[in-house]
Amino acid sequence: METTAEKKYTFKDFTSDQEVRWCPGCDDYAILRAMQKALPEMNVKKEDVVFISGIGCSSRFPYYMDTYGMHSIHGRAPAIATGVKLANPDLSVWVITGDGDAMAIGGNHFIHVLRRNINLNIILFNNEIYGLTKGQFSPTSLVGQKTKSSPNGNTQPPFSPGELALGAQARFFARIGGNTPKEMTQLFIECEKFKGTSLIEVLQNCPIFNDGCFEEFTNKDVRTDKQMFVEHGKPMIFGKDRDKGVVLNGLKLEVVTIGEDGITEKDILVHNAKEQDPTLHQMLVRLHYPKVTGIIRSFEDTTLEERMNSLTAEVKANSSFRKTNDLFFAGETYEVN
Amino acid sequence: MITAKTARKQEILEAVIIRFVGDSGDGMQLTGTQFSDTSAMLGNDIATFPKFPAEIRAPQGSLYGVSGFQVHIGSIEISTPGDNVDLLVAMNPAGLKTNLHAVKPGHTIIVDTDAFTKKNIEKAKYESNPLQDGSLENYRVIEVAMTSLTKEALKDLEGLDNKSILRSKNMFALGMVYWMYDRTTEHTIEFLNKKFKTNPLIIEANTKVLNSGYYFAETLELIPNAYTISPAKMAAGTYRIIMGNTALAWGFLAAAEKSGLELYLGSYPITPASDILHELVKHKHFGVKALQAEDEIAGITSAIGASFAGDLALTTTSGPGLALKGEALGLAMMIELPLVVVNVQRGGPSTGLPTKTEQSDLLQTMYGRNGESPVIVIAASTPANCFDYAYEAARLTLEHMTPVVLLSDGYIANGSAPWKIKSVDEMPEIKTNIMREAKENWHPYDRDENTLARNWAIPGTKGLEHRIGGLEKERVTGNVSYDPDNHQLMTTIRAEKIKRVQNYIPELRTEFAEEGDLLVVGWGGTYGPLYSAVKELKEAGYTSIGYAHFNYINPLPKNTEAILAKFKKIIVCELNTGQFAAVLRMNFNGFNFLQLNKIQGLPFSNGELVQKFKELAH
Repeated sequence: METTAEKKYTFKDFTSDQEVRWCPGCDDYAILRAMQKALPEMNVKKEDVVFISGIGCSSRFPYYMDTYGMHSIHGRAPAIATGVKLANPDLSVWVITGDGDAMAIGGNHFIHVLRRNINLNIILFNNEIYGLTKGQFSPTSLVGQKTKSSPNGNTQPPFSPGELALGAQARFFARIGGNTPKEMTQLFIECEKFKGTSLIEVLQNCPIFNDGCFEEFTNKDVRTDKQMFVEHGKPMIFGKDRDKGVVLNGLKLEVVTIGEDGITEKDILVHNAKEQDPTLHQMLVRLHYPKVTGIIRSFEDTTLEERMNSLTAEVKANSSFRKTNDLFFAGETYEVN
Repeated sequence: MITAKTARKQEILEAVIIRFVGDSGDGMQLTGTQFSDTSAMLGNDIATFPKFPAEIRAPQGSLYGVSGFQVHIGSIEISTPGDNVDLLVAMNPAGLKTNLHAVKPGHTIIVDTDAFTKKNIEKAKYESNPLQDGSLENYRVIEVAMTSLTKEALKDLEGLDNKSILRSKNMFALGMVYWMYDRTTEHTIEFLNKKFKTNPLIIEANTKVLNSGYYFAETLELIPNAYTISPAKMAAGTYRIIMGNTALAWGFLAAAEKSGLELYLGSYPITPASDILHELVKHKHFGVKALQAEDEIAGITSAIGASFAGDLALTTTSGPGLALKGEALGLAMMIELPLVVVNVQRGGPSTGLPTKTEQSDLLQTMYGRNGESPVIVIAASTPANCFDYAYEAARLTLEHMTPVVLLSDGYIANGSAPWKIKSVDEMPEIKTNIMREAKENWHPYDRDENTLARNWAIPGTKGLEHRIGGLEKERVTGNVSYDPDNHQLMTTIRAEKIKRVQNYIPELRTEFAEEGDLLVVGWGGTYGPLYSAVKELKEAGYTSIGYAHFNYINPLPKNTEAILAKFKKIIVCELNTGQFAAVLRMNFNGFNFLQLNKIQGLPFSNGELVQKFKELAH
């Protein structure tokens, strides 16, 4: 890919002529707009951008982007995107998926794409519910959650997308609330810059079937107190008054108040997203208070296509085969007269 | 039983069938392959068929652990590996027990007497030693203490462990058979030098044992007769011996080169298709991209992604895998992208008989998807023409922009035969539907007016950004459409597109008789046995039996009905319970399609075919 875009795009260049059909008040609108705003800020040409989705509310996303796109079948977007990227590594490839699509029916592809570390971006719209099929519990729904398919409460313990991803060796994991579009736009730009599989979990409210699911830490009034937006190299400080911080106490993270009990800013953990060992990243993912947002892990590693390309180059350099005829007529052939 | 020395008497034979059997670890596949390769180099026509157990290393000496390799060589045209054998080489009692039924009465069996220990005889469930109880009276049994002779041959070779010594006894058997059939050991010695390049001791040991076997047969004159087989009359040209799965892989390499596209394979290992994956991963020098995926579904869906991005995309599997790929195949059909799915059929249903052959996936291939979702279906019929039909599958999918399923089966996939090498230069052109640049008023579902293929706009091409997907498409823009009339129209277009492929494939032809009393109909991998049977009958004076073999299943060749109408009786022969007969009945009214079906995991035998056709030809 040439690294200079021919012209400066605006969000309109990425807006298709199709009418957006999500429910009024859905966070998906914010995510769509954040993406349309982020793309002009990336060093990519419009014709090199490909969105691949599976099935679910979120998976309508490609229709609304004026780029190449495929609305495929349930759960398979990571595998399709893998094929796209291997066929043409110059493309900027995005997977759009939801909690059911990625972690239920598509669970296998989800963990394997992360393991392989192919250079593509996955936006996971997590609303802890099945929306398109009208309100059944999903693999991220909470125990006890009452849904159409669990009228007396859900009995299946949930996956945490971040924990699952790190367990599957994800090199890049970020989390963001669906109602903080400015930060979201920035994260989209960062994940495109990252070389390897990047996963962003968007905590997305479903106003119809699971309204307020993340309210306790995404609500405008509480989020600065309940969320901690981490940045690489910066101390883990949060709160309206920027006086709360996170320290390591034994093998557990603990919230402390700066200025109390002799705690100073120096005692607060400094976020290292680039650390290879994911132990601390796992702990940040698991933390309930504060809910950690931002780039939790960003460890650069060799990508699948780099491995494949270097093997191919090596084989090509050592092989005398250029055309198929070289192969067909090589070795044990014989003449019949 | 022949024990007396007999003078060598040179006989000239037209064809001979040999089967090598022993434990899985006895090297029978290698022995058989060496014998057939050497024979091919001498100008014989050949057909081979390996028979191995599903277990990788079954317990030594057990009945179910027997591995075998059958080779049919001749100075005449050879179409099948043959049924009953002229020579059985049995390295142990279990091999003898499980294969004796295949030896023609009066014909020869070579056994390694050292392997006929009390323990091995019991493991083979014999009540007494078959070499001593008279049960082999009807055969010429050649008893050779192969293990001891191998040890003797290697006694002066220092540094060789006992395991390596025992492993080389298959070379003793091969050496003997080489002498019997007047072949030289030269090709195999060359092969050994290449294979064990880094281990000169093993080369020396194997060569020594091979020569010992050869000289043993020659100088001790224990062999009742020796035979020679003259070269077959084959078309002039450069040949090589090729296995069906290799030929199939190479067909795709050729198609990629001809079309100027890169080849992408998404695959999950499954017997008996895995060898295609093994072959294609070797060819990174041609830019082949192969992904061993996490499952069958990722195999096909990653191929769909690669196709969207402009590669010649392929996925390979066998029956159970095709079932898993069904939904994705429907997607490829709906979004009208090129994709080849190879199904190397095996015995079903469910896990079935993984290492055996069958043709029972035909209806799954035709109809095993939700909705109205026709795809092109073609079938290879010999190990060598796996090359041609792989190439043809690629040509059809690229030119018609709809998925193609290529059917093969365990019999032709693992069988080998001489292949008159085809250069890419002599293969037909492949015209893709790629849109290279933007133009006014372009739409993703604009179609070629003859083929109805839509155009292929590839990500990275400026100005052709568009969205596709599994929801019904508006007929021109490709946008989502729930319009009832549009859905009916699109359903018709997708079916018509397949039907029009008829204009781009060869007509059906008949062999042996153009009209007459009986038409033998076959499809796919049964070509060899059916062809041989009808040929044999023709030579015996049955001149009104014709033979029509289908390689194109969906759509059927245009002239199919005209050919069917030229015969009084039609018999459809297939290794299932009548699936192709059902397809013919759906397409053609007014015919009485008789059936010959076999569902034993085995190919048709010549005997059963000849008998059936004789009955019907009256």
